[in-house]
Amino acid sequence: MKDIREDIAWAKINKDVLKSLESPRKLFWVIIICALAVFGVGIGCEVYQYNTGLGVANMDNPHVWGLYIASFIFWIGMSHSGTLLSAILHLMHADWRKPIYRFAEAMTTFSLMTAGLFVAVHLGRLWQLYYALPYPNERGIWPNFQSPLLWDAMAIFTYLSSSILFLYVGMIPDLAICRDNIHTGWRKKLYTLLSLGWEGTDRQWRNFRVTYLTIACFLIPLAVSVHSIVASDFAMSQQPGWHITSFPPYFVAGALYSGCAAIITLFIILRYVFKFEEYMTLPILKKTVRLTFAISMVWTYLNLIEYATVWYSHDEVAKAVLLQKATGTYAPFWWMMNFLGSIVPLILAFKRFQTHIPVLLTVSLLLNVGMWLERWMIVAPTFSHGYYPWTWDHDQWPSMVQWGIVFGSFGWFTFLFMVFCKVFPSVSMYEVKEMVYHRSLATKRLEDTRMEASEKGAH
Amino acid sequence: MSVTNLLENWSEFRHKHPVEDVPHDPYKWAMSIDMDACTGCNACSVACYAENNLPVVGKEKYAHGQSMHWIRIERYWPEDDREFPDQGAQFLPMMCQQCEAAPCETVCPVGATNHTADGLNSQIYNRCIGSRYCSANCPFKVRYFNWYDYPTTENVWPAEMVQQLNPDITLRSKGVMEKCTFCIQRIRAGERSVKNEGRILRDGEVQTACQQVCPTNAITFGNLIDPDSKVHQKWKAQRVELDVDEQVKDKEEGGSELRGYRILEELRPYPSVMYMERVRESAI
Repeated sequence: MKDIREDIAWAKINKDVLKSLESPRKLFWVIIICALAVFGVGIGCEVYQYNTGLGVANMDNPHVWGLYIASFIFWIGMSHSGTLLSAILHLMHADWRKPIYRFAEAMTTFSLMTAGLFVAVHLGRLWQLYYALPYPNERGIWPNFQSPLLWDAMAIFTYLSSSILFLYVGMIPDLAICRDNIHTGWRKKLYTLLSLGWEGTDRQWRNFRVTYLTIACFLIPLAVSVHSIVASDFAMSQQPGWHITSFPPYFVAGALYSGCAAIITLFIILRYVFKFEEYMTLPILKKTVRLTFAISMVWTYLNLIEYATVWYSHDEVAKAVLLQKATGTYAPFWWMMNFLGSIVPLILAFKRFQTHIPVLLTVSLLLNVGMWLERWMIVAPTFSHGYYPWTWDHDQWPSMVQWGIVFGSFGWFTFLFMVFCKVFPSVSMYEVKEMVYHRSLATKRLEDTRMEASEKGAH
Repeated sequence: MSVTNLLENWSEFRHKHPVEDVPHDPYKWAMSIDMDACTGCNACSVACYAENNLPVVGKEKYAHGQSMHWIRIERYWPEDDREFPDQGAQFLPMMCQQCEAAPCETVCPVGATNHTADGLNSQIYNRCIGSRYCSANCPFKVRYFNWYDYPTTENVWPAEMVQQLNPDITLRSKGVMEKCTFCIQRIRAGERSVKNEGRILRDGEVQTACQQVCPTNAITFGNLIDPDSKVHQKWKAQRVELDVDEQVKDKEEGGSELRGYRILEELRPYPSVMYMERVRESAI
């Protein structure tokens, strides 16, 4: 199991990474067209729903929320690990994040953009979306600042804009490398424009470091608050199964969990497709897997806490909802979610599987299925077994329109991500160089001390 | 709503606890429903459809649970060993409870549902963007969403039926939430007509549609502040108070002999509808 070599030449790093930007293979076009087709299905469903009314999603009067809200939480959750890797681990000086944070950060941005679509799809009157934003108007009408949905709208806008900024700022030195190495076509123009005249002077580097650190510090509280606010949509309400104090940390843990699982999936794919074996090394994968395992156990713990607090409370209604989840119509999904979320990650505890690529790919995909189910199991059962008995004998299943839009969102995400990988370097070149440099320094220092010791011994 | 409200007294402006609230003056609309009198005939529901221009959604959509009955008759079966011909259902008419601290109001992102000075929970159709959070947070599930465009594309009222629509009520387009308003159009019209006489509405001058058609007079509607109103007297006789989350009489000896109660009172929405428990055997 090889880690990043310290004698790897800087020119080779440039060459290897820039190679990933060049002439896409046939398979790339096939996949991107498939992704667009899938997205097209989603668009088609949305157009139909927009014209006909939300009734085609097969929601009904007690069950007013469905897969749209569940998928919204899923995609917001997915966005958290990019920030964890790029901002939190940056502050903690965890070296190993360097080759993999760029695509994780891109994943953050794109999954946020996907989540935003679900807000729009969910609304009954999409064309009045701007009512939910605090824009100045002569009638002095404001949105309702008490509503968690409004906090949501603002938190997501802030998080999205700062994630884009963070992704972009962190990329500037790399864009300059691209500019200097690609001499023709629209790419040259694009990189020249985006690299903002970066020359790598001392002053530029100093300003760059300060800016990057500032945005990182700004982004961390945002990442935590965004999902806490999404959790507040539920925790602040009065409904059984939602009105739970531990929801914000539970949601944040779930978010990091699904995000880390997605990072493992994309790590494996990128490593294979772009032949990044020398940068995305197995020790790094191992660290990511261990991180995922730790987070999965935190999630399991918080999940059990939720069950326990409901079970031992005297809130009979919340208890009934829990029982209904475990034994009612949703039971297969609920048990599957618990199995996929808490039992399957135990595989990651075994050392031999921590670098076993096929196992990891399967497990990481399964974990995300589990986390998607978790979101659905938070949203749906409360509607079919709430406070009021009138709601109890109704069953509600999403229609094909609803499934189509959820399906389409995956196409949209894949499309964005694939375009990103071909236009921007998905491994941070300058930080890998830094990493290599630091390692070689460390080795040199070690050799020096050894030599000194031996010299001392000689005298 | 203005910037001043936003900066200085937002929470006060949006959320007044009924106890600290300025007393409703001169009106506080409330209801009392006698379930001993209710026969479950559904006339109230039909009257509501006619009065408030509710769309009749048809069999298929009804089966999907997309019906729009602002007032619904729920059936409950006592849990004993008897089956249907030997025992009848018990009926409960359910409509928006016009809560004083309504869970739906605080969660609406655009402030489309608000509390009026006369104690109603209003819904502004033009402002609603259809996030459906209000319905998700309503403990009674009495809010109904326009899943389709009933007046136009669904063609619920064909040309020959347009004449029967109530001109005092707007038709709701797709994507907005709606619910029982206590026939606010009748209340406002009544208020306007007595304004010229320089007085306030007397008991019985405004009736809700459901109250008007109820053959057994199970529904009483009126001004809770007016000591002469029937609804006031009923609430007083049952010793049900508006601004508490647990009735004092329930704790006292013999207090539970009284029939009046409010549904899900312990959640503290302070509903404006008092129900009177059924005591007679449910007939077939």
